[in-house]
Amino acid sequence: MKKSMLTFLALAVSVLFSAETFARDQINIVGSSTVYPYGTVNAQRLGESGFKTPTYNPIGTGGGMKAFCAGVGVEFPDITGASRPMKAKEAKLCLEAGVTNVIEVMWANDGITFSHSNEAEPFSLTREEIFTAMAAKVVVDGEVVENPYQTWNEINPSLPAYKIEVLVAPPTSGTRDAFDGKVMEAGCTLEAVTGSDDGCTDYREDGKIIEMGENDTLIVQKLVEDPERFGYFGYSYLKDNGDKLQPSTVEGVVPSAESIATYEYPMARPLFIYLKADHIGVVPGIQEFAQMMVSDEAIGDNGYLTKIGAAPMVPDLINRVRNVTDSLDAMGFDIAACAEKKHPLKDAGYAFSSGLCK
Amino acid sequence: MSSLEKRLAAEKRFKFYGMFAMTLSLFFVLILMYKIFSTGSGAFVRTTINADVYFDPNFIEVSSNSSKKEIMKASYVDLADQVINQNHPGLDEENFIKVREMYTRKFDYQLRDYIANNPNVIGKTVNLDISASSDLDQIVKGNYPRNVPEAQRKINDYQLSILDSLDSKGKMSKTFNFWFFTNGDSRDPETAGILGALMGSFYALLICFSFAFPIGLLASVYLEEFVKPGKITDIIEVNINNLAAVPSIVYGLLGLGMLIGVFGMPYQVPLVGGLVLGFMTLPTIIIASRASLRGVPPSIREGALAVGATKMQTVFHHVIPLSLPGTLTGTIIGMAQALGETAPLLLVGMVAFVMEIPGGAFDPATGLPSQIYLWSESAERGFLEKTSAGIMLLLSFLIIMNTVAVLVRRKLEVKW
Repeated sequence: MKKSMLTFLALAVSVLFSAETFARDQINIVGSSTVYPYGTVNAQRLGESGFKTPTYNPIGTGGGMKAFCAGVGVEFPDITGASRPMKAKEAKLCLEAGVTNVIEVMWANDGITFSHSNEAEPFSLTREEIFTAMAAKVVVDGEVVENPYQTWNEINPSLPAYKIEVLVAPPTSGTRDAFDGKVMEAGCTLEAVTGSDDGCTDYREDGKIIEMGENDTLIVQKLVEDPERFGYFGYSYLKDNGDKLQPSTVEGVVPSAESIATYEYPMARPLFIYLKADHIGVVPGIQEFAQMMVSDEAIGDNGYLTKIGAAPMVPDLINRVRNVTDSLDAMGFDIAACAEKKHPLKDAGYAFSSGLCK
Repeated sequence: MSSLEKRLAAEKRFKFYGMFAMTLSLFFVLILMYKIFSTGSGAFVRTTINADVYFDPNFIEVSSNSSKKEIMKASYVDLADQVINQNHPGLDEENFIKVREMYTRKFDYQLRDYIANNPNVIGKTVNLDISASSDLDQIVKGNYPRNVPEAQRKINDYQLSILDSLDSKGKMSKTFNFWFFTNGDSRDPETAGILGALMGSFYALLICFSFAFPIGLLASVYLEEFVKPGKITDIIEVNINNLAAVPSIVYGLLGLGMLIGVFGMPYQVPLVGGLVLGFMTLPTIIIASRASLRGVPPSIREGALAVGATKMQTVFHHVIPLSLPGTLTGTIIGMAQALGETAPLLLVGMVAFVMEIPGGAFDPATGLPSQIYLWSESAERGFLEKTSAGIMLLLSFLIIMNTVAVLVRRKLEVKW
């Protein structure tokens, strides 16, 4: 018995250590779970073109930035996916760890949809109404008070008398950051009274706002269970669950590939991947991955990423990003400048410009 | 009522409560099983479309004489398009794309594998069952309704009409989906398989066993047989029992901080996952092993010592072999627990999209439970049945391991 045990152990050890050791020839991607469906499809295509298929670890935009900015070397990720731009705070983190060469690839747009079950009546909302339903403190008769609203028709009589209940993403989620910026801050009524935007992104805490995990499928299930419930998530989830959910129109605009691409839909946002330039040439395929992701085959009219919900960018930006991935010139994006809240597109007048390197 | 009647009535009531409790728990288990099996069984079959495939040499870069390596390397995208044109004559460009979408995206791989296995087929026509795309598969299986407005469907009206005409010609059929067992993860639900996650879990458990079993066994032998019981052993005992109850996520944090942070081990590999699971299983093994060492009667030890064996000989020749059934049972149950753990894997990065099947403990991998979690997160309808099928597989492994544990104990246990 003892002998056979020893041989088994020896065999086990030899099996394990016969495999390759720590050097890496497989790209390691971390980051946003909104970018996950696109990043993984693209990873698979890269794998089919002869490289090793990259791995993608969906730990959220914030978590991804933290891991990505932890240092340079094969033990750190090569690419991070983000459903919002890098923050100045995160750029500082990168700088401190010596990650100074980062290339920003803005590759498509996504729309955050404010959806509920399609068995219920359709909703047409404004951002102010969404803010008024969800914020902890709102303005009533010129005074800031605890949110008193229980049903949607109390906010706007033309809305159905559904109870207010919204499922939201966790604080590590880029979708939540984007939603807070695009809706809660944009629809905020507090500023007019108090003079500051403090409290605009505070959700009410009386059980009407329910925080869920990163798992968007679970949110879809919960929305189907109770038709009066609302939730927000990326456009691709809506596209795959068209038989169960309907989006609310926001400011009169229905989310669609077109309205998102033109930013006519107010909750549209750009999606990013960030490349660690020092890893290019060390881990094979990083540049090719980025090139494939912005190719016409991927984000063109019938592209494989467009088909699953990514909305294309305007031609100017597409040409710019293709230039970036082909020449590996960051075109003015610099971590040190980003840490100081500077970004080359900040004054370019795009709808998302103000959010860059915030 | 007499006292006897009262007592008998109490007994009757108690029996009823017991029955009720048991039926209730069985009822819940049945609901769970029904839900898992009814959604998961679909993953084991896949929809196929029957087509005549002419292996036209004009569209194939290789010949019958090419080596297997050349055949595997060549591209068969044009051949796949040609096959669709032959089976659906007269399509314009737009409709061609629509029809192409009804077949699996990996159509050309299926053709490649067929040629690799039958090189002589080039130039001949063969009748093949070609896998349908997952979106079509879900419509055929009824998991996605066809009566919703066209805009809410991924398969449009034109594709539905093609599907119906194929169906009326008897070209649609279903086959056993062996890909589920032979493929790694994929973003095309029809080709996604569980083998990658299975190998990841296997390597992690191998590491876990190689680490935790010898250390656990030696620690318990030392504590039971060599150390005099005293304050220190009491403190150790309390701590071991305590560790056995520590939530698994704490071990995950330990792995992240120590193994990855301090020792610089790589992220998302079974080596780290296995070691973390090993930390977690160690107290369970020590407790089980100590209990079974204690169960060996002192007369065995005294007998061995009486004929002149040293303490070590006594322990290794007599006590350990006799206590092994109990130790092994504890180990297997501990490993079964480790197999189902998700939280520690999450923290050491073994939750990722990994397509390649890991070839060792240093390759990036996911585990079974984390693969289930990832599929459950995916938006595509086709992953819903994969999720349930993954759970079924995990459950069957747990049942097998626990049955082995019971059998080992029954078979090898010595009654004194």
